[in-house]
Amino acid sequence: MAVVDITHTRPASASDYIALLKPRVMSLVVFTGFVGYMVAPGQGDAVLGFAAVLSIAVAAGAAGALNMWYDADIDAVMSRTRSRPIPAGRVPGEEALMLGLTLSALSVVTMYLAGGLLAAGLLAFTIFFYAVVYTMWLKRSTPQNIVIGGLSGALPPAIAWAAKTGALALDPLILVAIIFMWTPPHFWALSLISHKDYAAARVPMLPVTHGAKSTRIHVFIYSLLLAPLALTPVLTGFSGMIYGVAATLGGAFFVFLAWRVLCSRAGEGDAAQDKPARDLFGFSILYLFALFATLLVERGFG
Amino acid sequence: MSGVILTPEELAARRRRNLFIALAVGAFVVLVFAITLTQLQAGVLERPL
Repeated sequence: MAVVDITHTRPASASDYIALLKPRVMSLVVFTGFVGYMVAPGQGDAVLGFAAVLSIAVAAGAAGALNMWYDADIDAVMSRTRSRPIPAGRVPGEEALMLGLTLSALSVVTMYLAGGLLAAGLLAFTIFFYAVVYTMWLKRSTPQNIVIGGLSGALPPAIAWAAKTGALALDPLILVAIIFMWTPPHFWALSLISHKDYAAARVPMLPVTHGAKSTRIHVFIYSLLLAPLALTPVLTGFSGMIYGVAATLGGAFFVFLAWRVLCSRAGEGDAAQDKPARDLFGFSILYLFALFATLLVERGFG
Repeated sequence: MSGVILTPEELAARRRRNLFIALAVGAFVVLVFAITLTQLQAGVLERPL
């Protein structure tokens, strides 16, 4: 980590500390975790369920703060992240580190109390995987960084399932696999748009190391793998027809948008050519929300 | 004795931060209390020693 010049422009406000927790990333993690808890078998309990999902949210925030502490040098270079609290000089890096470590400990302890040892262990592993394996190691060393690092963002449904049942099963692992396979096309679509930033920050993202064309091919291949994988819950009998229809239509449109990206010149420097990548990135978020929302309607609410 | 002298704006910001930390700690205490009550109702005390 390079030393970042901290120039206090104004005293940090509460919103700066909230920004350290990456609330937008947190929202998807919280939602998939919530669905994971709701669709797991058993009665469950409102207080314990709330505490388990809150622990996942706080852990995601803690991992985000640790990421911002370590990546302050990268964030200062990239236009998308330049105004984050640490590179903008509003919050000292050490405060983000302390906030991240404190919230990590509190979230794991709370998860242990509410969901038991397995869930707490998985939660601790997730924070470690994101903050250490992804942020400190993979992100700066391999273009496969977001593929492997995506595991940390994929685990929440399994953690929540373990919190409710005390064990793991095939169904939550399928949900993890779906998010895991969804992450590369989602993130590479974004990296096609902001590849210049990554190049300037010397982050070995796929468009920087292998070029835009290779990235577009990768996006299409992962989309082709994702669409049928998302239908697995129907085959195992875990989900019903509503989910099946959503996964089929959503998957087909996902592949269509990825095909448009494949045929485009997205990521080659002309911002006007990036629209297909922008469309895929936007739809990918809606797609994952829709999959888990239909699962929630079918199983969570009976 | 010399030290860092905070401006009124910085003092106000520090007070706000302290208030938020106090609220967060208070919320954590309430949450642990609620979890404990729920676990006790689930019969955690009836386990064999």
